[in-house]
Amino acid sequence: MSAAQPTMTSTTALDVASIRRDFPILEQRINGKPLVYLDNAASSQRPRAVIDAIRSYYETDHANVHRGVHTLSQRATDAYEGARDIVRNFINAGDTREIIFVRGTTEAINLVAQSYARPRLGPGDEILISALEHHANIVPWQLVCEHTGAALKVIPIDRHGEIQYEAFERLIGPRTKLLALAHVSNALGTIVPVDKFIARARELGVPVLLDGAQAVPHGPVDVRALDCDFYCFSAHKMCGPTGIGVLYGRRELLEEMPPWQGGGDMILTVSFEKTTYNQLPWKFEAGTPHISGAVGLAAAIRYLQSIGMERIARYERELLAYATERLQEVPGLKIIGTAAQKAAVISFTLEGIHPHDIGTILDTEGVAIRTGHHCAMPVMDFFQVPATARASLAFYNTFEEIDRLIAALERARSLLS
Amino acid sequence: MDLKDLYRDVIVDHNRNPRNFGKLEAADSHAEGHNPLCGDRLTLYVNFDGDRIREAKFEGSGCAISVASASLLTEAVKGKSREEVRRLFDQIHALLTQHDADVDLAGLGKLAALSGVREFPARVKCASLCWHTLNAALSNATQPVSTE
Repeated sequence: MSAAQPTMTSTTALDVASIRRDFPILEQRINGKPLVYLDNAASSQRPRAVIDAIRSYYETDHANVHRGVHTLSQRATDAYEGARDIVRNFINAGDTREIIFVRGTTEAINLVAQSYARPRLGPGDEILISALEHHANIVPWQLVCEHTGAALKVIPIDRHGEIQYEAFERLIGPRTKLLALAHVSNALGTIVPVDKFIARARELGVPVLLDGAQAVPHGPVDVRALDCDFYCFSAHKMCGPTGIGVLYGRRELLEEMPPWQGGGDMILTVSFEKTTYNQLPWKFEAGTPHISGAVGLAAAIRYLQSIGMERIARYERELLAYATERLQEVPGLKIIGTAAQKAAVISFTLEGIHPHDIGTILDTEGVAIRTGHHCAMPVMDFFQVPATARASLAFYNTFEEIDRLIAALERARSLLS
Repeated sequence: MDLKDLYRDVIVDHNRNPRNFGKLEAADSHAEGHNPLCGDRLTLYVNFDGDRIREAKFEGSGCAISVASASLLTEAVKGKSREEVRRLFDQIHALLTQHDADVDLAGLGKLAALSGVREFPARVKCASLCWHTLNAALSNATQPVSTE
C-alpha cells in the first residue's frame, strides 16, 4: 500500500499508547520487527496489573481455601470468594452462588452438558445449536446425544455468517430441550443477535446457554438483561490467566443439577453410607480450585473496568472499520464473515496463497495472526475453504498496527502470488 | 530466519505449477494424507512397474510448502525401487528435522530446496505430509495418514 496513505486515528478517548505500556509482552521485537499481536481471539495478553496480582497473591497470601482457621487460609479464601463477587458484578448476575469457577469456556459447557442435559434428555429430545459454533459448543452436545439418544439439530448460517432466524423458528419446538449459541463467533466475528433467539426460546420454555468466550472481552455483558440460563467464558481471552473461566447459571437450574465431579470442597459430610453435597457454588467446584487464577481474573476485570467496557467496544469498532476498509484494498483478499454486526475479528483468504503461508510470512514481519480452521471446521466447510487467516483485534491494538498487517500482506503477495 | 530460505524459487515454482497434479486412473495404490492443523489434504497415487514406481501423481489442496513438496516428490520417486524410496524418505526426514543431518544435498537434486523448512519448525509437517502419505501408499495402508 502507498506509504502516503494517512493512518486513521481514533476519535475515542482511549489513550492506547499508555494502555500499551501496561502490557510488558507488547514491548518486544519478533524476528527483528516490533510485535504486532493480532491473535487476541485465540488468547489475549496480560497487563502488569494481572501479573502483579498473581505474584503478590503467591508471595503474601497463598494457602488452601475454605479449610484452615489460620490467617493465610482466610486471606486466600477472601481473595477467591472476593473474585467471585467481582465476576458476579462484572456480568451483572444477581447472586454469587450463580458463579461457578471452571477451567474455561469448554469446561463450563461440558459441565452443563453432563450435569444439566445428560440426566434430563432421552430419545426424541433435541439440542439446538448453530452452524457458527466453536467445536467446544458442538462436541459436548454430541457426547450427550450419544449417551441419551437425543438428537443434535443445527441452525444453518447464511453467506454473511449470520444465523438464519427463519430456520431457527422452524427448528425450535416441543422437542427442543436446550438452545446453545455463540454470543460472538470466534471464526467470523459475527455478533449473534441473541436477544431475539432467547425471547423465542423463552416463549417455548427452552433453556438457553450462551458461549460468551468471544463476547465478554469486547463489550459489556449483562446476563440478567440477556435473560439466558447459562453463560460461559474464559479468563485468558480477557487479559486474565489461562486455566480459569466461569459458568454463570440461573440458580434454580443449578440447584436441581447434580454435581459432575466429586472430591473435596464439593461435600458437606462424607461417610461410606451417604455423602451430602455442598451448597452452590461449591457443589460444582471439587478439589482445590485455581485460586491464583481467580485472583488474576479479578485483577483483569478491574483493569478492563478501569478502561470501561463501553469504551473498549467503541474503540474496537473503529479499529474493525479501519481494518476492514484497508484489507478490502488488498488485491485478491476476500473477507469471510460479513455480518451486519461484528466483533473485531476478521477472517480472510488471499487468492493463490494458502493461509498457512500467510501466517509464516506475517510472522517474519513481526505480525502474529491465527491461521487454520479456528476450531470451527463446520464453518470452514460452509464457506468451502480449508482454512482462513484471522486477524483478531484488542483495545491495545493501534491503527498503525493495521497498516503493518497490510504491508506484511503485500509482502506475502509479492513473494507468492 | 530468512523467508527466501523457505520459499526458494524451486518451491514457489512447484507451488504455482505443481507437476503430476491430478488423479491417476486405475492406480496400483493410493493413500490419503491430512494435516488437521492447517487443513492440508492430499491424495497420492502410485503405479508400479514390478518393484519400481512407474508413475506418481497427487491431488488435493494445501499450503505452498506441502504442494511443492508433493510435486517434487512425484518427480523424484519416478523409476525408483521401493528400497530406494525408503532410503530417500529417510534422507528427507533427516533433512527436515536435523540441523546436522548427514545428507548429500547435491544428490537430492531439486529436493534440496526443502532444506530451508527446518528453520521453520511449524512448517515441517507441511513438507513431510506427502512423504508419510507415500509410505502409506507403498504399504497399501487403508487408514488415512494424519500428521497429528
